Amino acid sequence: MPDTHEDHPPLKTTPLTEAHVALGARMVPFAGYSMPVQYPDGVMKEHLWTREHAGLFDVSHMGQARLTGVSPLSAFEEVVPGDYIGLKPGKQKYSVLLNRTGGIIDDLMAGRPTSPDGTCDDGLFVVVNGACKDNDFKVIDDELAGQVTIHRLEDRALMAIQGPEAAEVVQAHVPATADMVFMDIRSMPGFGTDIIVSRSGYTGEDGYEISVPAGEAVRVWNLLLEDERVKPIGLGARDSLRLEAGLPLYGHDLDETVSPVEAGLTFAINKNRREQRDFPGAARIVKELADGTARAKVCLKVLEGAPAREGAEVADANGVVVGVVTSGGYSPILKGGIALAFVPPELKAVGTQLKVIVRGKAQPAEVVASPFVPHRYVRKV
Amino acid sequence: MRFTKDHEWVVLEGDVATIGITAHAAEQLGDVVFVETPEVGKTVKAGDAFAVVESVKAASDVYAPISGEVVEGNTILGDAPETVNADPENGGWFAKVKVSDPSQYDALMDRPAYEAFLETQ
Repeated sequence: MPDTHEDHPPLKTTPLTEAHVALGARMVPFAGYSMPVQYPDGVMKEHLWTREHAGLFDVSHMGQARLTGVSPLSAFEEVVPGDYIGLKPGKQKYSVLLNRTGGIIDDLMAGRPTSPDGTCDDGLFVVVNGACKDNDFKVIDDELAGQVTIHRLEDRALMAIQGPEAAEVVQAHVPATADMVFMDIRSMPGFGTDIIVSRSGYTGEDGYEISVPAGEAVRVWNLLLEDERVKPIGLGARDSLRLEAGLPLYGHDLDETVSPVEAGLTFAINKNRREQRDFPGAARIVKELADGTARAKVCLKVLEGAPAREGAEVADANGVVVGVVTSGGYSPILKGGIALAFVPPELKAVGTQLKVIVRGKAQPAEVVASPFVPHRYVRKV
Repeated sequence: MRFTKDHEWVVLEGDVATIGITAHAAEQLGDVVFVETPEVGKTVKAGDAFAVVESVKAASDVYAPISGEVVEGNTILGDAPETVNADPENGGWFAKVKVSDPSQYDALMDRPAYEAFLETQ
Protein backbone atom coordinates (compact mmCIF):
# COMPACT_ATOMS: atom_id res chain seq x y z
CA MET A 1 0.00 0.00 0.00
CA PRO A 2 1.47 3.37 -0.94
CA ASP A 3 2.52 5.50 2.00
CA THR A 4 0.29 8.54 1.87
CA HIS A 5 0.51 9.36 5.57
CA GLU A 6 0.38 13.08 6.20
CA ASP A 7 3.37 12.91 8.53
CA HIS A 8 5.60 12.16 5.55
CA PRO A 9 5.57 15.12 3.20
CA PRO A 10 7.66 14.62 0.05
CA LEU A 11 11.36 15.12 0.65
CA LYS A 12 12.87 18.39 -0.46
CA THR A 13 15.80 18.42 -2.84
CA THR A 14 18.90 20.58 -2.97
CA PRO A 15 20.26 22.11 -6.18
CA LEU A 16 22.75 19.19 -6.13
CA THR A 17 20.35 16.26 -5.63
CA GLU A 18 20.51 15.13 -9.25
CA ALA A 19 24.30 15.40 -9.23
CA HIS A 20 24.43 13.06 -6.19
CA VAL A 21 22.19 10.50 -7.89
CA ALA A 22 24.34 10.69 -11.02
CA LEU A 23 27.41 9.96 -8.87
CA GLY A 24 25.73 6.79 -7.55
CA ALA A 25 24.97 8.14 -4.07
CA ARG A 26 22.73 6.28 -1.67
CA MET A 27 20.08 8.87 -0.83
CA VAL A 28 18.36 9.01 2.57
CA PRO A 29 15.90 11.37 4.25
CA PHE A 30 17.70 13.92 6.42
CA ALA A 31 16.29 17.16 7.84
CA GLY A 32 13.38 16.85 5.42
CA TYR A 33 15.69 16.57 2.42
CA SER A 34 16.81 13.71 0.23
CA MET A 35 20.55 13.71 0.97
CA PRO A 36 23.53 11.52 0.03
CA VAL A 37 24.54 9.35 3.01
CA GLN A 38 27.37 7.81 1.00
CA TYR A 39 28.72 7.45 -2.53
CA PRO A 40 29.90 4.13 -4.00
CA ASP A 41 33.26 4.34 -2.14
CA GLY A 42 31.45 4.03 1.20
CA VAL A 43 31.80 5.80 4.55
CA MET A 44 35.20 4.39 5.52
CA LYS A 45 36.99 5.36 2.30
CA GLU A 46 35.24 8.73 2.16
CA HIS A 47 36.28 9.48 5.73
CA LEU A 48 39.92 8.58 5.13
CA TRP A 49 39.99 10.45 1.79
CA THR A 50 38.87 13.63 3.56
CA ARG A 51 41.60 13.25 6.21
CA GLU A 52 44.25 12.68 3.50
CA HIS A 53 43.10 14.76 0.52
CA ALA A 54 39.94 16.83 -0.01
CA GLY A 55 36.29 15.90 0.49
CA LEU A 56 33.39 17.82 -1.05
CA PHE A 57 30.11 17.99 0.88
CA ASP A 58 26.68 19.27 -0.11
CA VAL A 59 25.30 21.08 2.93
CA SER A 60 22.61 23.00 1.06
CA HIS A 61 19.98 21.69 3.50
CA MET A 62 21.41 24.07 6.09
CA GLY A 63 19.65 27.39 6.58
CA GLN A 64 21.39 30.46 5.16
CA ALA A 65 20.11 33.95 5.91
CA ARG A 66 21.13 37.56 6.06
CA LEU A 67 20.07 39.58 9.08
CA THR A 68 19.77 43.31 8.47
CA GLY A 69 18.42 46.21 10.49
CA VAL A 70 19.42 49.35 12.34
CA SER A 71 21.99 47.53 14.47
CA PRO A 72 21.71 43.80 13.73
CA LEU A 73 24.88 42.90 15.65
CA SER A 74 23.62 44.23 18.94
CA ALA A 75 20.12 42.88 18.29
CA PHE A 76 21.57 39.41 17.60
CA GLU A 77 23.19 39.43 21.04
CA GLU A 78 19.67 39.22 22.52
CA VAL A 79 19.40 35.58 21.38
CA VAL A 80 23.01 34.31 21.67
CA PRO A 81 25.75 34.55 24.33
CA GLY A 82 28.55 35.53 21.92
CA ASP A 83 30.20 38.94 21.48
CA TYR A 84 28.86 39.97 18.08
CA ILE A 85 29.14 43.73 18.64
CA GLY A 86 32.88 43.10 18.84
CA LEU A 87 32.96 40.82 15.78
CA LYS A 88 35.44 42.28 13.29
CA PRO A 89 34.52 42.71 9.62
CA GLY A 90 35.59 39.63 7.69
CA LYS A 91 35.24 37.23 10.64
CA GLN A 92 32.60 34.72 11.67
CA LYS A 93 31.89 33.24 15.07
CA TYR A 94 30.30 30.01 16.29
CA SER A 95 27.43 30.45 18.72
CA VAL A 96 24.27 28.93 20.14
CA LEU A 97 20.70 30.17 19.92
CA LEU A 98 19.38 30.02 23.51
CA ASN A 99 15.92 29.58 24.99
CA ARG A 100 14.89 31.46 28.11
CA THR A 101 16.15 28.71 30.41
CA GLY A 102 19.57 28.68 28.77
CA GLY A 103 18.94 25.54 26.71
CA ILE A 104 20.29 25.32 23.18
CA ILE A 105 17.71 25.82 20.40
CA ASP A 106 20.42 25.32 17.79
CA ASP A 107 24.09 25.90 17.17
CA LEU A 108 25.08 28.21 14.36
CA MET A 109 27.72 30.25 12.58
CA ALA A 110 27.26 33.99 12.08
CA GLY A 111 29.69 36.26 10.29
CA ARG A 112 30.36 39.58 8.60
CA PRO A 113 31.54 38.86 5.05
CA THR A 114 33.74 41.61 3.62
CA SER A 115 33.63 42.70 -0.03
CA PRO A 116 36.80 42.66 -2.19
CA ASP A 117 37.42 46.33 -1.33
CA GLY A 118 37.54 45.34 2.33
CA THR A 119 34.29 47.02 3.25
CA CYS A 120 31.47 45.39 5.13
CA ASP A 121 28.01 46.50 6.16
CA ASP A 122 26.73 45.60 9.62
CA GLY A 123 24.47 42.81 8.33
CA LEU A 124 25.09 39.27 9.59
CA PHE A 125 25.34 36.15 7.40
CA VAL A 126 23.93 33.28 9.47
CA VAL A 127 24.09 29.53 8.82
CA VAL A 128 21.98 27.18 10.98
CA ASN A 129 21.19 23.46 10.99
CA GLY A 130 18.81 22.18 8.33
CA ALA A 131 16.52 20.31 10.71
CA CYS A 132 16.16 23.39 12.94
CA LYS A 133 16.11 26.23 10.42
CA ASP A 134 12.40 27.01 10.24
CA ASN A 135 12.09 27.17 14.02
CA ASP A 136 15.39 29.07 14.40
CA PHE A 137 14.35 31.84 12.04
CA LYS A 138 10.91 31.98 13.68
CA VAL A 139 12.53 32.36 17.11
CA ILE A 140 14.89 35.06 15.85
CA ASP A 141 12.00 36.81 14.10
CA ASP A 142 9.80 36.65 17.23
CA GLU A 143 12.51 37.73 19.65
CA LEU A 144 13.96 40.47 17.48
CA ALA A 145 10.74 41.71 15.88
CA GLY A 146 11.16 45.26 14.62
CA GLN A 147 14.93 45.15 15.10
CA VAL A 148 16.11 42.83 12.35
CA THR A 149 14.79 41.62 9.03
CA ILE A 150 15.60 38.02 8.11
CA HIS A 151 16.36 37.47 4.45
CA ARG A 152 16.42 33.71 3.97
CA LEU A 153 18.79 32.82 1.15
CA GLU A 154 16.86 29.84 -0.18
CA ASP A 155 18.13 30.56 -3.67
CA ARG A 156 21.67 29.67 -2.61
CA ALA A 157 23.41 26.29 -2.32
CA LEU A 158 26.11 25.62 0.28
CA MET A 159 29.02 23.24 -0.09
CA ALA A 160 32.01 22.48 2.09
CA ILE A 161 35.41 21.34 0.88
CA GLN A 162 37.52 19.88 3.67
CA GLY A 163 40.89 18.22 4.08
CA PRO A 164 44.63 18.95 3.84
CA GLU A 165 44.45 19.51 0.06
CA ALA A 166 41.22 21.53 0.09
CA ALA A 167 42.91 24.92 0.33
CA GLU A 168 45.13 24.36 -2.72
CA VAL A 169 42.14 23.20 -4.73
CA VAL A 170 40.04 26.25 -3.87
CA GLN A 171 42.93 28.69 -4.22
CA ALA A 172 43.65 27.42 -7.74
CA HIS A 173 40.13 28.55 -8.72
CA VAL A 174 39.87 31.64 -6.49
CA PRO A 175 43.36 32.98 -5.71
CA ALA A 176 41.88 35.73 -3.53
CA THR A 177 40.99 33.13 -0.87
CA ALA A 178 44.66 32.31 -0.25
CA ASP A 179 45.21 34.90 2.48
CA MET A 180 42.14 33.86 4.47
CA VAL A 181 42.65 32.16 7.85
CA PHE A 182 40.34 30.04 10.01
CA MET A 183 36.95 31.73 10.53
CA ASP A 184 37.56 34.46 7.92
CA ILE A 185 34.53 35.12 5.74
CA ARG A 186 34.26 37.08 2.50
CA SER A 187 31.79 37.93 -0.22
CA MET A 188 33.56 37.97 -3.58
CA PRO A 189 33.49 36.92 -7.20
CA GLY A 190 34.66 33.34 -7.60
CA PHE A 191 34.05 30.27 -9.78
CA GLY A 192 32.52 32.62 -12.36
CA THR A 193 29.75 33.73 -10.01
CA ASP A 194 29.31 35.49 -6.68
CA ILE A 195 30.30 33.49 -3.62
CA ILE A 196 30.20 33.88 0.14
CA VAL A 197 33.21 31.93 1.31
CA SER A 198 34.54 31.18 4.80
CA ARG A 199 37.62 29.24 5.87
CA SER A 200 35.83 26.83 8.17
CA GLY A 201 33.97 23.55 8.29
CA TYR A 202 32.87 20.78 10.60
CA THR A 203 35.44 18.03 10.13
CA GLY A 204 38.40 19.39 12.11
CA GLU A 205 40.30 19.82 8.84
CA ASP A 206 41.34 22.98 7.03
CA GLY A 207 38.92 23.90 4.27
CA TYR A 208 36.29 26.27 3.03
CA GLU A 209 32.52 26.56 3.06
CA ILE A 210 31.20 28.12 -0.12
CA SER A 211 27.74 29.59 -0.71
CA VAL A 212 26.81 29.93 -4.38
CA PRO A 213 23.63 30.86 -6.27
CA ALA A 214 21.47 27.73 -6.67
CA GLY A 215 21.64 27.90 -10.46
CA GLU A 216 25.46 27.78 -10.35
CA ALA A 217 25.74 24.94 -7.83
CA VAL A 218 26.05 21.98 -10.20
CA ARG A 219 28.65 23.78 -12.31
CA VAL A 220 30.79 24.72 -9.27
CA TRP A 221 30.37 21.22 -7.75
CA ASN A 222 31.50 19.55 -10.97
CA LEU A 223 34.35 22.02 -11.41
CA LEU A 224 35.68 21.10 -7.95
CA LEU A 225 35.24 17.36 -8.64
CA GLU A 226 37.34 17.69 -11.82
CA ASP A 227 40.35 17.99 -9.53
CA GLU A 228 41.60 14.48 -8.79
CA ARG A 229 42.32 15.45 -5.18
CA VAL A 230 38.58 15.96 -4.59
CA LYS A 231 35.93 13.29 -3.98
CA PRO A 232 32.28 13.70 -2.97
CA ILE A 233 31.59 12.78 0.66
CA GLY A 234 28.23 11.82 2.16
CA LEU A 235 26.55 12.50 5.48
CA GLY A 236 27.83 9.21 6.92
CA ALA A 237 31.45 10.33 6.79
CA ARG A 238 30.48 13.90 7.70
CA ASP A 239 29.20 12.45 10.98
CA SER A 240 32.24 10.26 11.72
CA LEU A 241 34.57 13.16 10.82
CA ARG A 242 32.84 15.64 13.15
CA LEU A 243 32.80 13.03 15.92
CA GLU A 244 36.58 12.50 15.65
CA ALA A 245 36.93 16.29 15.75
CA GLY A 246 34.96 16.29 19.04
CA LEU A 247 32.31 18.58 17.57
CA PRO A 248 28.73 18.29 18.86
CA LEU A 249 25.76 17.46 16.65
CA TYR A 250 22.47 19.19 17.31
CA GLY A 251 19.62 16.82 18.21
CA HIS A 252 22.12 14.34 19.64
CA ASP A 253 24.75 16.09 21.79
CA LEU A 254 22.79 19.32 22.07
CA ASP A 255 19.10 19.98 22.65
CA GLU A 256 16.79 22.44 24.41
CA THR A 257 17.62 21.01 27.85
CA VAL A 258 21.39 21.26 27.42
CA SER A 259 23.14 24.50 28.33
CA PRO A 260 26.33 25.59 26.56
CA VAL A 261 28.21 25.11 29.86
CA GLU A 262 27.05 21.48 30.14
CA ALA A 263 27.88 20.97 26.48
CA GLY A 264 31.46 22.13 26.98
CA LEU A 265 30.87 25.18 24.78
CA THR A 266 31.87 27.82 27.34
CA PHE A 267 34.24 29.33 24.75
CA ALA A 268 31.09 30.53 22.97
CA ILE A 269 30.03 32.59 26.01
CA ASN A 270 32.21 35.69 25.75
CA LYS A 271 33.60 37.37 28.85
CA ASN A 272 31.82 40.69 28.37
CA ARG A 273 28.52 38.87 27.89
CA ARG A 274 29.05 36.90 31.13
CA GLU A 275 29.46 40.20 32.94
CA GLN A 276 26.48 41.79 31.21
CA ARG A 277 24.25 38.73 31.83
CA ASP A 278 21.97 39.95 29.06
CA PHE A 279 21.33 36.79 27.02
CA PRO A 280 18.48 34.25 27.38
CA GLY A 281 18.98 31.93 30.34
CA ALA A 282 21.83 34.08 31.68
CA ALA A 283 20.86 33.39 35.30
CA ARG A 284 21.33 29.63 34.85
CA ILE A 285 24.40 29.91 32.68
CA VAL A 286 26.26 32.38 34.90
CA LYS A 287 25.45 30.20 37.92
CA GLU A 288 26.73 27.10 36.11
CA LEU A 289 29.94 28.91 35.19
CA ALA A 290 30.48 29.76 38.86
CA ASP A 291 29.19 26.65 40.62
CA GLY A 292 29.51 23.94 38.00
CA THR A 293 26.90 21.70 36.38
CA ALA A 294 25.23 18.42 37.28
CA ARG A 295 26.55 16.77 34.12
CA ALA A 296 29.61 17.32 31.98
CA LYS A 297 30.33 16.46 28.36
CA VAL A 298 33.34 14.18 27.92
CA CYS A 299 35.13 12.41 25.11
CA LEU A 300 35.31 8.65 25.65
CA LYS A 301 37.57 6.16 23.95
CA VAL A 302 36.20 2.62 24.07
CA LEU A 303 39.19 0.47 25.02
CA GLU A 304 37.69 -2.91 24.19
CA GLY A 305 34.59 -4.26 22.45
CA ALA A 306 31.91 -2.79 20.26
CA PRO A 307 31.52 0.91 19.48
CA ALA A 308 29.21 2.61 21.99
CA ARG A 309 26.51 4.50 20.12
CA GLU A 310 23.91 7.11 21.06
CA GLY A 311 21.86 6.02 24.08
CA ALA A 312 24.43 3.58 25.49
CA GLU A 313 24.71 3.87 29.28
CA VAL A 314 27.97 4.93 30.92
CA ALA A 315 28.92 3.37 34.26
CA ASP A 316 31.60 4.18 36.80
CA ALA A 317 34.38 1.74 37.72
CA ASN A 318 31.97 -0.02 40.12
CA GLY A 319 29.42 -0.60 37.40
CA VAL A 320 26.93 2.01 38.65
CA VAL A 321 25.23 3.77 35.73
CA VAL A 322 26.19 7.45 35.88
CA GLY A 323 25.76 8.79 32.37
CA VAL A 324 24.83 8.31 28.75
CA VAL A 325 26.44 8.42 25.32
CA THR A 326 25.00 11.29 23.27
CA SER A 327 26.76 10.31 20.06
CA GLY A 328 29.23 7.60 19.32
CA GLY A 329 30.60 5.39 16.64
CA TYR A 330 33.70 3.94 15.08
CA SER A 331 36.73 6.10 14.44
CA PRO A 332 38.45 5.14 11.18
CA ILE A 333 41.59 7.02 12.33
CA LEU A 334 41.80 5.57 15.87
CA LYS A 335 40.38 2.23 14.66
CA GLY A 336 38.05 1.87 17.61
CA GLY A 337 34.97 3.18 19.31
CA ILE A 338 34.74 6.85 20.31
CA ALA A 339 31.87 8.71 21.89
CA LEU A 340 30.66 11.98 23.36
CA ALA A 341 28.90 11.36 26.67
CA PHE A 342 27.39 13.07 29.69
CA VAL A 343 28.90 12.05 33.04
CA PRO A 344 28.93 13.59 36.53
CA PRO A 345 31.57 16.36 36.65
CA GLU A 346 33.67 14.46 39.20
CA LEU A 347 34.28 11.83 36.49
CA LYS A 348 35.24 14.19 33.68
CA ALA A 349 39.01 14.30 34.21
CA VAL A 350 41.13 12.95 31.35
CA GLY A 351 42.29 9.45 32.25
CA THR A 352 39.17 8.53 34.27
CA GLN A 353 38.32 4.86 33.74
CA LEU A 354 34.64 4.22 32.98
CA LYS A 355 32.47 1.55 31.38
CA VAL A 356 30.12 1.78 28.43
CA ILE A 357 27.24 -0.68 28.41
CA VAL A 358 26.71 -2.10 24.93
CA ARG A 359 24.03 -4.77 24.50
CA GLY A 360 24.25 -5.59 28.20
CA LYS A 361 28.04 -5.87 28.31
CA ALA A 362 30.15 -3.46 30.36
CA GLN A 363 33.16 -2.54 28.25
CA PRO A 364 36.13 -0.49 29.48
CA ALA A 365 36.34 3.11 28.31
CA GLU A 366 38.54 6.05 29.21
CA VAL A 367 37.97 9.80 29.29
CA VAL A 368 40.32 11.37 26.74
CA ALA A 369 41.07 14.95 25.71
CA SER A 370 39.01 16.59 23.00
CA PRO A 371 39.40 16.37 20.04
CA PHE A 372 40.02 12.68 19.35
CA VAL A 373 41.89 13.61 16.18
CA PRO A 374 43.84 16.92 16.19
CA HIS A 375 42.27 19.89 14.42
CA ARG A 376 44.26 21.23 11.49
CA TYR A 377 42.75 24.69 11.16
CA VAL A 378 44.97 27.25 9.43
CA ARG A 379 45.27 30.22 11.77
CA LYS A 380 48.19 31.94 10.03
CA VAL A 381 49.14 32.24 6.35
CA MET B 1 23.34 -22.79 0.35
CA ARG B 2 20.02 -21.30 1.42
CA PHE B 3 19.03 -17.68 2.09
CA THR B 4 16.65 -15.55 4.16
CA LYS B 5 14.84 -12.33 3.37
CA ASP B 6 17.04 -10.72 6.04
CA HIS B 7 20.08 -11.55 3.89
CA GLU B 8 21.61 -14.37 5.92
CA TRP B 9 22.94 -17.53 4.27
CA VAL B 10 23.05 -21.08 5.67
CA VAL B 11 24.96 -24.18 4.63
CA LEU B 12 23.84 -27.42 6.27
CA GLU B 13 26.38 -30.24 6.69
CA GLY B 14 24.94 -33.15 8.66
CA ASP B 15 23.11 -31.44 11.50
CA VAL B 16 25.45 -28.43 11.71
CA ALA B 17 24.48 -25.22 9.94
CA THR B 18 27.11 -22.60 9.08
CA ILE B 19 25.56 -19.13 9.01
CA GLY B 20 26.72 -15.81 7.58
CA ILE B 21 25.46 -12.70 5.81
CA THR B 22 25.16 -12.51 2.04
CA ALA B 23 27.47 -10.64 -0.32
CA HIS B 24 24.57 -8.29 -0.98
CA ALA B 25 24.20 -7.55 2.75
CA ALA B 26 27.95 -7.02 3.16
CA GLU B 27 27.98 -4.62 0.21
CA GLN B 28 25.01 -2.69 1.62
CA LEU B 29 26.61 -2.42 5.09
CA GLY B 30 29.90 -1.12 3.78
CA ASP B 31 33.13 -1.65 5.67
CA VAL B 32 32.47 -3.91 8.64
CA VAL B 33 34.36 -2.67 11.71
CA PHE B 34 33.01 -4.95 14.46
CA VAL B 35 31.25 -8.31 14.70
CA GLU B 36 29.69 -9.86 17.78
CA THR B 37 29.17 -13.60 17.33
CA PRO B 38 26.89 -15.60 19.67
CA GLU B 39 28.31 -17.47 22.63
CA VAL B 40 28.92 -21.18 22.26
CA GLY B 41 26.17 -23.16 23.99
CA LYS B 42 23.51 -20.54 23.42
CA THR B 43 20.17 -21.83 22.16
CA VAL B 44 18.73 -19.78 19.33
CA LYS B 45 15.35 -19.79 17.64
CA ALA B 46 14.88 -19.09 13.93
CA GLY B 47 14.22 -15.36 13.59
CA ASP B 48 16.04 -14.38 16.82
CA ALA B 49 18.68 -11.66 16.65
CA PHE B 50 21.77 -13.77 17.42
CA ALA B 51 24.74 -11.73 16.21
CA VAL B 52 25.58 -8.10 15.51
CA VAL B 53 27.51 -6.58 12.64
CA GLU B 54 28.68 -2.97 12.76
CA SER B 55 29.80 -0.52 10.11
CA VAL B 56 31.24 2.96 10.77
CA LYS B 57 27.68 4.26 10.66
CA ALA B 58 25.50 1.73 12.49
CA ALA B 59 25.01 -1.57 14.29
CA SER B 60 22.75 -4.16 12.61
CA ASP B 61 21.29 -7.36 13.99
CA VAL B 62 21.90 -10.68 12.28
CA TYR B 63 18.98 -13.09 12.65
CA ALA B 64 19.28 -16.84 13.12
CA PRO B 65 17.87 -18.44 9.96
CA ILE B 66 17.41 -21.74 11.76
CA SER B 67 16.88 -22.96 15.35
CA GLY B 68 19.47 -24.85 17.37
CA GLU B 69 22.46 -24.60 19.67
CA VAL B 70 25.51 -22.52 18.85
CA VAL B 71 28.55 -24.79 18.65
CA GLU B 72 31.13 -22.34 17.29
CA GLY B 73 31.59 -18.62 16.60
CA ASN B 74 34.02 -17.39 13.94
CA THR B 75 36.83 -16.07 16.15
CA ILE B 76 38.69 -14.67 13.13
CA LEU B 77 36.11 -11.88 12.96
CA GLY B 78 37.22 -10.52 16.33
CA ASP B 79 40.55 -9.33 14.94
CA ALA B 80 39.58 -9.16 11.28
CA PRO B 81 35.95 -8.04 10.91
CA GLU B 82 36.80 -6.90 7.36
CA THR B 83 36.73 -10.61 6.39
CA VAL B 84 32.94 -10.16 6.20
CA ASN B 85 33.44 -7.78 3.26
CA ALA B 86 36.31 -9.69 1.69
CA ASP B 87 34.73 -13.14 1.80
CA PRO B 88 31.13 -12.83 2.99
CA GLU B 89 29.78 -16.18 1.85
CA ASN B 90 32.71 -18.31 2.99
CA GLY B 91 35.53 -17.16 5.34
CA GLY B 92 33.29 -14.43 6.76
CA TRP B 93 30.85 -16.89 8.34
CA PHE B 94 29.47 -15.86 11.75
CA ALA B 95 28.53 -19.03 13.62
CA LYS B 96 27.85 -22.76 13.42
CA VAL B 97 24.60 -24.04 14.90
CA LYS B 98 23.62 -27.65 15.68
CA VAL B 99 20.13 -27.58 14.23
CA SER B 100 17.09 -28.90 16.06
CA ASP B 101 14.77 -29.03 13.05
CA PRO B 102 16.47 -29.62 9.69
CA SER B 103 13.17 -29.07 7.86
CA GLN B 104 13.61 -25.33 8.55
CA TYR B 105 16.51 -25.45 6.10
CA ASP B 106 14.37 -26.71 3.27
CA ALA B 107 11.88 -23.90 3.84
CA LEU B 108 14.52 -21.24 3.09
CA MET B 109 15.17 -19.74 -0.37
CA ASP B 110 17.66 -21.28 -2.75
CA ARG B 111 19.99 -18.95 -4.66
CA PRO B 112 17.76 -18.33 -7.70
CA ALA B 113 14.87 -17.55 -5.35
CA TYR B 114 17.06 -15.19 -3.27
CA GLU B 115 18.33 -13.44 -6.37
CA ALA B 116 14.76 -13.03 -7.60
CA PHE B 117 13.89 -11.64 -4.13
CA LEU B 118 16.75 -9.10 -4.40
CA GLU B 119 15.33 -7.93 -7.73
CA THR B 120 12.13 -6.96 -5.93
CA GLN B 121 13.96 -4.90 -3.29
